[in-house]
Amino acid sequence: MTDLTNLTVAEIRDGFRDGEFSAREVTEAFSANIAAAKTLNAFIVETPDAALAAADAADAARASGALKPLSGVPIGMKDLFCTQGTQTTAASHILEGFVPQYESTVSAKLWSAGAGMLGKLNMDQFAMGSSNETSAFGNVVSPWKAADGKALTPGGSSGGSSSAIAARLCPAATGTDTGGSIRQPASFTGISGIKPTYGRCSRWGIVAFASSLDQAGAMARTVRDNAILLENMAGFDPKDSTSLDLPVPQWEAGLSSDLRGKKVGIPKEYRPDGLNPEIAALWDKGVAWLKDAGAEIVDVSLPHTQYALPTYYIIAPAEASSNLARYDGVRYGQRVLPDGAGLQDMYAATRAAGFGDEVKRRIMIGTYVLSAGFYDAYYTQACKVRTLIARDFEQAFTQCDLLLTPTAPSAAFALGEKQADPLAMYLNDVFTVPASLAGLPAMSLPGGLDSAGLPLGLQIIGRPLDEQGVLNASLALEERAGFTARAEKWW
Amino acid sequence: MTTTSSYRIQGATGEWEVVIGLEVHAQITTQSKLFSGAATAFGAEPNTQVSLVDAAMPGMLPVPNRECIAQAVRTGMALNAQINRYSRFDRKNYFYADLPQGYQISQLYHPIVGEGEIEVTLDEKNPESARKTIGIERLHVEQDAGKLMHDQHPTRSYVDLNRSGVALMEIVSRPDMRSPAEAGAYLRKLRTILRYVGSCDGNMEEGSMRADVNVSVRRPGEELGTRTETKNVNSVRFVMAAIEQEASRQVDVLESGGRIIQETRLFDPDKMETRSMRSKEDAHDYRYFPDPDLLPLELEDAFLEECRASLPELPDAKRHRYENALGLSAYNAAVLTAEAETARWFEALVAESAKAAGKSEADVAKAAANWLLSELFGALNRLGKTLDTSPVNPAQGAELLGLIADGTISGTIAKQVFEIMLDTGDPAGKIVEERGLKQTSDTGAIDAAVAKILADNADKVEQYKAGKEALFGFFVGQTMKAMQGKANPQVVNEVLRKALG
Amino acid sequence: MSIDRDTVKKVAGLARIAVTDDEAQALVPELNNILGWVEQLGEVDVSGVEPMTAVIPNHLRLRDDVVTDGNVRDRVLANAPQAEHGFFAVPKVIE
Ligand SMILES: [Mg+2]
Ligand SMILES: [Zn+2]
Repeated sequence: MTDLTNLTVAEIRDGFRDGEFSAREVTEAFSANIAAAKTLNAFIVETPDAALAAADAADAARASGALKPLSGVPIGMKDLFCTQGTQTTAASHILEGFVPQYESTVSAKLWSAGAGMLGKLNMDQFAMGSSNETSAFGNVVSPWKAADGKALTPGGSSGGSSSAIAARLCPAATGTDTGGSIRQPASFTGISGIKPTYGRCSRWGIVAFASSLDQAGAMARTVRDNAILLENMAGFDPKDSTSLDLPVPQWEAGLSSDLRGKKVGIPKEYRPDGLNPEIAALWDKGVAWLKDAGAEIVDVSLPHTQYALPTYYIIAPAEASSNLARYDGVRYGQRVLPDGAGLQDMYAATRAAGFGDEVKRRIMIGTYVLSAGFYDAYYTQACKVRTLIARDFEQAFTQCDLLLTPTAPSAAFALGEKQADPLAMYLNDVFTVPASLAGLPAMSLPGGLDSAGLPLGLQIIGRPLDEQGVLNASLALEERAGFTARAEKWW
Repeated sequence: MTTTSSYRIQGATGEWEVVIGLEVHAQITTQSKLFSGAATAFGAEPNTQVSLVDAAMPGMLPVPNRECIAQAVRTGMALNAQINRYSRFDRKNYFYADLPQGYQISQLYHPIVGEGEIEVTLDEKNPESARKTIGIERLHVEQDAGKLMHDQHPTRSYVDLNRSGVALMEIVSRPDMRSPAEAGAYLRKLRTILRYVGSCDGNMEEGSMRADVNVSVRRPGEELGTRTETKNVNSVRFVMAAIEQEASRQVDVLESGGRIIQETRLFDPDKMETRSMRSKEDAHDYRYFPDPDLLPLELEDAFLEECRASLPELPDAKRHRYENALGLSAYNAAVLTAEAETARWFEALVAESAKAAGKSEADVAKAAANWLLSELFGALNRLGKTLDTSPVNPAQGAELLGLIADGTISGTIAKQVFEIMLDTGDPAGKIVEERGLKQTSDTGAIDAAVAKILADNADKVEQYKAGKEALFGFFVGQTMKAMQGKANPQVVNEVLRKALG
Repeated sequence: MSIDRDTVKKVAGLARIAVTDDEAQALVPELNNILGWVEQLGEVDVSGVEPMTAVIPNHLRLRDDVVTDGNVRDRVLANAPQAEHGFFAVPKVIE
């Protein structure tokens, strides 16, 4: 019998429907892989029973002919999504032991589509990080290894998701992307992931990092799987004021790798001096593949690209400093009450003990840029530059339908390598942050391996609401890249 | 007419003028909270009217309540204020146990309502009393905080989030008031307007309306002094007392060579004085920024028109109409319009009276006003009741007034009938019928009564005829008494005049 | 614009994060590094540019005024570190 954990979401769904295997068999296979992969530290909480319950329901549904879109498919849930009755921590000590009494809209949609939950995936604390090293529950390890045998980061913040998918611990997972947190880990681990248009997925029940940037998305091994998952995550939610009141397109049904009539822009600002030549070479290959699929290639300019990261590192911390004010030890999570401490001392002690260094750093930056006397110079200025960055894209999209860029400036780096230098870490998101600031749909997919044998990703960015265009171009690339490499099992 | 208040504080070194501005927090009358579907009713068990949004659980998001927005707009319209089609919600960041989110959602940079004004009178019962216009700087919508209880446990405070997230309007006046009396008049007038509009019940005891009082003093005509802000004062009387006390405290400080510190103070109603709130003196830096969970609020024409169309006639317009169209005295018009409930009751009474009598409202309004203000209010006062709990409704009052107007009963009998109505709840007509209280115009019976009285009082008849005309009233009284009050007074007068020559 | 240890402590105070003097000192170069880097935004000409308000054009929806929530005290208090008599409990606050 084939190894069920090598199957894609589409293959599991269809094979299960056709009676080739039961949902229980699928779930047991993945749960066994999870149990054997503790070294990767991809999960904060494992929920094999929940997964089995969903599988048994799927098996029963198949018997009665009442299958749902994701019946039989077990997935991983990033620990940023509140799950009723299952601890949700955002990988922070400050939420340790927090058991939500509610289910996030996105996870609820997935469960009602028949999916089962294998567990809560590790991540960078409060989604702040690009290497998974800020998790309070220990860093996730990538299944990929450096040539010298060093342990690698799976990227972040959705690093538990990327590692688990790449290591066949789950066929797909949810991620969230604030500045690249789906795309960069996907790129680092040789999988694909899509961040939809801001407002496509409800933010209700997702622990907030930066409200104007946070967006849930899908992660899986194929473009088709991403389409399937995203279709069952997206949709209008009256509980989220920024949710888009639009029908969810049938993205899977709309998949087509025929790009004739499409124009793809190549933004020159994404090719800075000193761009890793292997990444530049992959990008050129991507151009050739898109041409081969019928697309016309045009050169475009996004002149404010260099300002995207500093803009992001004002806006995201500012919003975070306020969003994280609710973690105060009063209503949930950790409380630290030194002897004789008053209320305000309790807050300060709780937050000092509960938040990790990177979270504190960003809260401090955010507090500073919003404080009296600095607000206009930092925050207002950043919001204006953000307008200019969004305008750059609008302008570019008058000349093309999609953009092709690399996903990250490098392949996965070694754990510990960039931890001492926050700024060097922030530069990881240089190619992903601009689309986040503009709220655009964007996807990363594996394009090939570098000379060290590590995966490199390509990114497709689309117009607002054009997830279909993004998926289709990605599919065309996927077909031509023929990426089948996987990490050799060592864990 | 605008006047300058002559209110002055006599200090040891001369006269001081007081400058007052008020920030009023008024709870918007709604079923549910500003950003969540939890209830707002007063007095519920702790933490029962709390949603996961109000408790600021991770990942919870605000969704604004249309009614809160509409009520704020309607109130702005009633204040003749500029309505801003574009407004935004901002976060005001600070840490306190009654503030679960760690920020209050408010409106700093783009409030929903801009400049407006209120005309006040120092003594609304006196039509001659001076009028003054107080400027409104802005009105914005924001969330209320929860409540902390300090007296339930020796070492702990308890947090109740029932109020957390309830919608408030913050109405900020210009520093246009110059005396405690002006501040009191402003607050009363503002409360009246809110009640007319129906946007706030104005119930200060339950905390649905409270004022932050900004006070400074200066030598008359000089620059503004440093102000203090006394927080959350919850009655008109306390506001006036807080101003008086705080102003004289400031004068004392200044005259003894000190400086006023810009600070937040608290009013202690037991001692009737203000004191510094040092615990909240922690350097305020609220780090306001637009709430990224919410989009800008853009009001459409249709919404604004709906708000305008649903506005009731407001107190000033009503007062003018009562005077000009209904012919009421300025005093009566002022008293009848001072409370929305009084005006509502009065208008129902007038409408019923006019309908029953087939007359115009102007024809019946005066009698209705007089009866309401003297007879009904007198009775309610005696019974400890209000118009809301009145045992007699406007239709029943109108029936009684109709019986007087068409001559069925006299004013004297009417008082008697009204008392019986209050006791029994029976309608006036039934009481008059059953108890035989109809007045008589039967000249035969009146002639007989008059003849008997004149015969019994021959001496007084002599005196009258000799020129002591004041005795006419005596004969009327005697006749009415003999007729048990049921004689038509006009007929009695005619018969007496004839008989007395 | 460079910040010193006192500024770090002031900001930490505003953010209610307890820091020791040493921790504050350690944060000085880190925060200055980041702030110095983001300050390059100052060179962008933003004259006539409005700050972004809605990421994707969208308008604020308003909900009807009906009670749809609440009466879930058990769920509200379920995760509280200290809850008594239906309240959240905190160290005594002196006003
Ligand atoms: Mg105030
Ligand atoms: Zn306020």
